[in-house]
Amino acid sequence: MAAFGSFALLIALALAAYNFLAGALALRLIATGQPARVSPERLADTARRAGISGFLAVTAAAFALVWSVFTNDFSITYIMEHSNRALPAAYKFAALWSGQEGSLLLWAWLLGTYGFVLRLTHKTDVKLYAYAGTILAGVQVFFLLILNFAAPPFALLRGAIPDDGNGLNPLLQYPEMVIHPPMLYLGYVGFSVPFAFALAALIMRYPGEKWIKITRVWTLVTWLFLTAGIFLGMHWAYAVLGWGGYWGWDPVENASFMPWLTGTAFMHSVMMQEKKGMMKSWNVWLIFSTFLLTLLGTLLTRAGLVSSVHAFAQSSIGTWFMVFMGIVLAVCIFAYVLNRDHLRSEQQLESLVSRESSFLFNNLVLLTACFVILWGTLFPVLSEYVEGSKVTVGAPFYNRVAVPIGLFLLFLTGVGPLLPWRATSLKSIKRNFVLPVVALWATVIVCFAAGANPWKGGQFSTGNFYALVAFALSASVLTAIVSEFLRGAGVIAKQTGRNVAAATWVLTRRNTRRYGGYIIHIGVVIVVVGLAGAAFNTTNEQELGLHDRMSIGPYTLEQVGATQDSNDNYNSEYAMLDVYKGGQKQFQMTPEKRVYLVSQQPQTMVAIHSLPTWDLYVVYEGTNPDTGQPIVKAFLNPLVGWIWAGLAIMIFGTFIALVPAVTPQTAALRVPAPAVVPGEPALKGGD
Amino acid sequence: MSTPSRWMKILEASVLAVAVCFSLGATDSNARYHDLNHRLMCVCGCAQLLGECNHVGCTQSGEELTLLRSNISAGMGDNEILAAFAAKYGATVLAAPATHGFDLVAWIAPFAVFAAALLGTILLIRHWSGLSAAKAQAAAANVHVEDPADRERRERIRRETGIDGGF
Repeated sequence: MAAFGSFALLIALALAAYNFLAGALALRLIATGQPARVSPERLADTARRAGISGFLAVTAAAFALVWSVFTNDFSITYIMEHSNRALPAAYKFAALWSGQEGSLLLWAWLLGTYGFVLRLTHKTDVKLYAYAGTILAGVQVFFLLILNFAAPPFALLRGAIPDDGNGLNPLLQYPEMVIHPPMLYLGYVGFSVPFAFALAALIMRYPGEKWIKITRVWTLVTWLFLTAGIFLGMHWAYAVLGWGGYWGWDPVENASFMPWLTGTAFMHSVMMQEKKGMMKSWNVWLIFSTFLLTLLGTLLTRAGLVSSVHAFAQSSIGTWFMVFMGIVLAVCIFAYVLNRDHLRSEQQLESLVSRESSFLFNNLVLLTACFVILWGTLFPVLSEYVEGSKVTVGAPFYNRVAVPIGLFLLFLTGVGPLLPWRATSLKSIKRNFVLPVVALWATVIVCFAAGANPWKGGQFSTGNFYALVAFALSASVLTAIVSEFLRGAGVIAKQTGRNVAAATWVLTRRNTRRYGGYIIHIGVVIVVVGLAGAAFNTTNEQELGLHDRMSIGPYTLEQVGATQDSNDNYNSEYAMLDVYKGGQKQFQMTPEKRVYLVSQQPQTMVAIHSLPTWDLYVVYEGTNPDTGQPIVKAFLNPLVGWIWAGLAIMIFGTFIALVPAVTPQTAALRVPAPAVVPGEPALKGGD
Repeated sequence: MSTPSRWMKILEASVLAVAVCFSLGATDSNARYHDLNHRLMCVCGCAQLLGECNHVGCTQSGEELTLLRSNISAGMGDNEILAAFAAKYGATVLAAPATHGFDLVAWIAPFAVFAAALLGTILLIRHWSGLSAAKAQAAAANVHVEDPADRERRERIRRETGIDGGF
């Protein structure tokens, strides 16, 4: 199977190279009108078919690796290092992305899949798709070169073949790890598609904004995958790492967040291009940057530039990535300089206080946040270069610098949609902002009354202050969005006699993009509320003998026993804790500690009792070597559940935004489609 | 007092008030312990904050936490403690860059970039709104009278479809 996999990768490389070279040649011939022995249209079509075949070849290679994992083929180094016989089937799949070679193969396979779909749907706009497909093939050539020559997943083990493998990293043996990396990779790789379309549109001087409409679904779906991937990673960190948090500002977490920020900025600013013909250059560079940031994430972890708890596999392929990023940047700059006159925008903006301005400020804040994170991630490298010694840039830095920026963004999330296009009158400000402002101050009063104020106990807490601002702004933004829904629904209810709920549904169906976007904003607000709850986390750590008790918040935990269990994969110890509230037993929690047999690595399995108000989060830290008593660490983390609920709402909103809008039947007036000129070559388009 | 100097006084007082509020840290030893162990890193290589390092068999966090407790008990100030840790374990033990020397750049750059970008955006909007006004004037000089029937038809389509291209 190793030979089959290696051969499939080689074939895939040959096909991708043909796709890239033949596609580029064909498009060049068409653009210049030079006579050729072969019809350029036919040459372009062979390139497209090579791309489709290349997907099949990469699929075969991925299948070969999965097959090898399931058949315990430890003659392959990768399988020996990342799997073992007793590994459960779901985690055998996870072995595909648990190491560098496998995760690069997954990347190439996902890129092949996206390219496959793109090439199958080429009739939407044959020439634009031919350009985009050729660019994607260029990216694919890079990944296949690495897979064939720098990080081959089917490299054979030297010497005797062992009976069993080293097993999967225990940190990765958790259900989320089966879906979190593929989701994240779908997001990372997915941004290659809008990047390819943007570069294609720029190179071919594609007229109008149609390319944005074509890529809208790709961008939204990609953004959805990246969002889900990031949140699943947060949940994994929360449930597995056992430190009571979900985001540690680790370089790898930052690497996933940066393209999310620029991608989100892109999704907002393209609306300005579609509606007003503005920000054309900006949008092109936003998507270029997003693509480059997806590569930077891999570079950061693989090149060992920065230390990370996620750096499961470091190697020398960082150089490959650095060179590729340099090439991509050079191509982007070259294409932009050559065609920048094509991106001349309509600079129509009438007022500082308008919807257009709010989009600009939104982009400003998102990009600043991205810069802050990039700066913090790379500052240790810069510091080492300047001063000769590395410094740590950890959570305290980001909490002080990024949180205020995030709060400003939250403010814009509420204000932006309330501002009309072009200019805002004082009357409209009064009409739209009274309720949100009332909600803001009401929340401040409620928070103070509930004791969530920054000056509690005569001491000022920055964390509590930020939390208070976050709660108040969230209430304000939520009120603003809900009142937007109700205002529109009220009109429809009056016109049609429907109730408000039905009218809201009709309203949403009529403009899924706008109201789907609002629902996503609601999800973001809910997430922010959940994040702000972290300011009020409490923790307690105690050694618990049998029937000893510890308290945290309203709960009392009593140790009622400990037990052990084992299977083929690991041995585990549990602490059994009865949880009391108000003197009444509520439930039992069993935090666990595992020791994996093959690797002999320990792993915490946290017990979490989740409520809308808080999570009771209990970690069994092992036994005190001196006393032999279990050590238990308990956290009471307010509002964490809101983060996951917010994600669900964001996903729902994205689905709504993806659904085509339904227009009322009375709106039957349509602009007729331009007639197709008979005999025009299929690859015409652009200029 | 002249108006500008009064405003300066108000500004100074506001800055001072905010600075005092933000500098009021936790003063009891438990709160200080919690605060400081979240400003230090565990040096075992786990890349976690000292107060959050919980992995089994960590060879460093226990020692660091004990040292932190004893430094607080000895009456050392926050900065003294952080300096002592940096001297013993190296600068990477501090969870955030220092606020002096080259490290200060780490703190200043984000706000400087934000301020510059904000200023740039405001100037850009003002520039564009100036262009729009000039265009509107030019258009006014060459008035185009729209057919009322066309306007009515367009308004009806807009009303009935309720679609205006996104947000």
